[in-house]
Amino acid sequence: MKPEGADLRRRRLLTGAAGVVGGVGVAYAAVPFIGYWQPSVQAEAAAAPVEVDISKLEPGQKIDVDWRGKPIWIFRRTQQELDTLPKLNDLLRDPHSEIITQQPPYCQNLPRSIKPEYGVMVGICTHLGCIPLYQPKPGSVDDEWLGGFFCPCHGSKYDLAGRVYKGVPAPLNLAVPPYWYPSESRIVIGEHQEKGGAS
Amino acid sequence: MRKLACLLAMMLLPGLVGAAEENLRLMNAQTDLSDKASLQRGAKYFVNYCLGCHSLKYLRYQRLGQDLDIPDELVEKYLIWGDSKISSPITSAMREKDANGWLGAAPLDLTLVIRRRSGGLDVDGGADWLFTYLNTFYRDDKTATGVNNLVIPNASMPHVLWRLQGIPEPVYQRADGDESSKQRKVVGLKMPDGGGALSKAEYQRMTRDIVNFLAYASEPIQTTRKALGLPVLLFLIVFLAIIYLLKQEYWKDVH
Amino acid sequence: MSDDAKTRGLLGWIDARFPFTKLWEDHAAKYYAPKNFNFWYYFGSLAIFVLVLQLLTGIWLTMYYKPSAAQAFASVEYIMRDVHWGWLIRYLHSTGASAFFVVIYLHMFRGLLYGSYRKPRELLWLIGMAIYAILMAEAFFGYLLPWGQMSYWGAQVITSLFGAVPGIGEKLMIWIRGDYTVSDVTLNRFFALHVAAMPLLLVLLVAVHLMALHEVGSNNPDGIDIKRHKDTNGIPLDGIPFHPYYTVKDMVGVVVFLIVFVLVVFYSPTMLGLFLEPENFEPANPLKTPEHIAPVWYFTPFYSILRCVPDKLWGVVALAASIFMLFLLPWLDRGKVRSVRYRGRGFKIALAVFVIAVLILGHLGANPPSPGRNLVARICAVLYFGYFVFLWIYTFFDLEKTKPEPERVTNGSFKWLWEWIQQQRLGKTKPEPERVSPK
Repeated sequence: MKPEGADLRRRRLLTGAAGVVGGVGVAYAAVPFIGYWQPSVQAEAAAAPVEVDISKLEPGQKIDVDWRGKPIWIFRRTQQELDTLPKLNDLLRDPHSEIITQQPPYCQNLPRSIKPEYGVMVGICTHLGCIPLYQPKPGSVDDEWLGGFFCPCHGSKYDLAGRVYKGVPAPLNLAVPPYWYPSESRIVIGEHQEKGGAS
Repeated sequence: MRKLACLLAMMLLPGLVGAAEENLRLMNAQTDLSDKASLQRGAKYFVNYCLGCHSLKYLRYQRLGQDLDIPDELVEKYLIWGDSKISSPITSAMREKDANGWLGAAPLDLTLVIRRRSGGLDVDGGADWLFTYLNTFYRDDKTATGVNNLVIPNASMPHVLWRLQGIPEPVYQRADGDESSKQRKVVGLKMPDGGGALSKAEYQRMTRDIVNFLAYASEPIQTTRKALGLPVLLFLIVFLAIIYLLKQEYWKDVH
Repeated sequence: MSDDAKTRGLLGWIDARFPFTKLWEDHAAKYYAPKNFNFWYYFGSLAIFVLVLQLLTGIWLTMYYKPSAAQAFASVEYIMRDVHWGWLIRYLHSTGASAFFVVIYLHMFRGLLYGSYRKPRELLWLIGMAIYAILMAEAFFGYLLPWGQMSYWGAQVITSLFGAVPGIGEKLMIWIRGDYTVSDVTLNRFFALHVAAMPLLLVLLVAVHLMALHEVGSNNPDGIDIKRHKDTNGIPLDGIPFHPYYTVKDMVGVVVFLIVFVLVVFYSPTMLGLFLEPENFEPANPLKTPEHIAPVWYFTPFYSILRCVPDKLWGVVALAASIFMLFLLPWLDRGKVRSVRYRGRGFKIALAVFVIAVLILGHLGANPPSPGRNLVARICAVLYFGYFVFLWIYTFFDLEKTKPEPERVTNGSFKWLWEWIQQQRLGKTKPEPERVSPK
């Protein structure tokens, strides 16, 4: 065996072609193995939007809803509570909700909600993922407390619009999930309103 | 006229003549998974006539809608009964515990019945089996349900579609032609006067649709699977050509 | 590492710390394999390819599979329906299991054909047989996992075989199952064995198999030793470096294999009930035995041997012996030549009868027993064992009339035809009758 009559150019060409075509084949073969790790149909179904009946929610009450394994708070604010919100602006990091990743555009307002009365929020502290406590009573966390959410892990504080205080470890306001009202007393959490145009 | 045709067709089914259950020749269901209209009808029949007892618990409504080109709204409107969601599996309204009490055994989940009954002939064998089963109920007063079946003798399932098909009368023959023998077997089926609400052809089309739908449900991916095979094969053949030339090129060195 | 070419750069840095280049040269670039490998020599590399395929798809399947009696069956259907591409991964794995046995059986048959088990390759053969035994265990454990009717009753029947062991049988059987019947516990431990213990052993033994092969060198279709004629550098005259010549040739084999494999995976993954049995589409039911229990096709010859013996203990003994006989081959066969090409007519007939007997046993094992079939199975079982007895008598008493072996390797039976076609195509008229003679 000696490469005398060997056509080295042809050999290089064929090796290159085999490498390229083989590489394409391996890439395609990887597709199923990579796709396999995507959330399954079951996981997708479990992650589907959830519809919640809020007709029984009284002012000052809060309910927890599970969406994609996250706790979603739906709470109803009293008029007094809503009145506290503008007073706090100076104490907050992002009082005007300018960090757009934390809420959908239709919630970039003072109460950070579609209807001022009803707050809808992902109940996960933006610091390290603990679940803050609902402390609506003024003075319950400290003397100046006007009501809001308090994270017991590292002491982060949020007001009743989920806006984070200055001087606490949490960097961002609580996230607001996409949601919409299919009727007066029902909320769909997990999708923007598409039918009806006002997304 | 219809009666006569029925009778004739039944008598001409050679497998049914002299049908001992082992050598019953199965009818050809002629399944066609590309026939979306048939699959859609089958889904509807299944929901209306079978789902009361039999579930399809490995199939989801949503998947069914996607594969059979039925929009989600229509699936919700026409196929989902009770409070099932579009993403739920197709489960029966009958609870297993109730079923055990009422029927002695829970009705089978039918998702995989076609593959289970395929008898080594891939999907078609199972489809033929089920098609024949649905077409060979006959009157037998000795059973609790008042009917019997050529494919599954003494089946515990009643003839759910009897209003549509009618109940065929069995044609018996004494074993070995001996009239005194108590052993008798069914050698044919004939439809009595009146029959059912559907003609024979209509009933066969309906049962074929159900079987076709269940053939789909047994492996929803099968159409995709077969479609994907060709590009993969073509790629491999191209790659084989290159690799073979490369091998020949290198092996020129070897004397 | 070779003395003349020291590696540099990153490779040099690695080579100073790990024998990378040395391993590459010892096992590929400077491993000299006989140049006359034919069709039968594709299956070793194919077996490694299938092993990798099985490991990969198997690891992926464990990501969704649930090894519990309550969930196993549903989790398989979940993979088939709800997991993206799950159906393909699962079919690759189920088809791969059968493909593994196809490849291994052809690989083993090559050994019988060309005497690859003969001295100095006895240990190589024994390691290979150990791989085969582990592979059977791997397949058996894996077959329970889908938790279908056939899975369940297959495991029930095979674990019952251990009940035949005198004295401790019953206790042994319960110990293996971890319960009084095949149950959730059994499924869980079979899962552990299938996905961890057996694959580890397989990979290890395959590495050892290759090391042993590269120590003694490959046999070839002529069954002669290529190391007897070396050039001045000590390289066998009839040897060619494994890389690139056999790597590129084996690639052709892999692609041809893939074409056949893909045909099955995409067009008939159940292979008419041979690879995925219809009964297994029904969840395991401990209260209802299927009408007919048969193992998957690759076990049916041995199952036939077990079944045709009308005694539980002796049936199990016959089953074990039928596999054990293969281990003994290197010492039963004392013939003067290795390859079938130069062996006596008696050997050729015996080997053909052996193959036919195995095929018939395999066919019978897949079907329900009947008196007629039992008789045929018994005859074939006798022929099966007869092969080993015949081989020993035939060679020990020197009854074999062998043909003279060539000094150097030959081109094989059909190579001349290919060369003739090649010459016609290229319009060459240069006669080269003695292509094999040393240059």
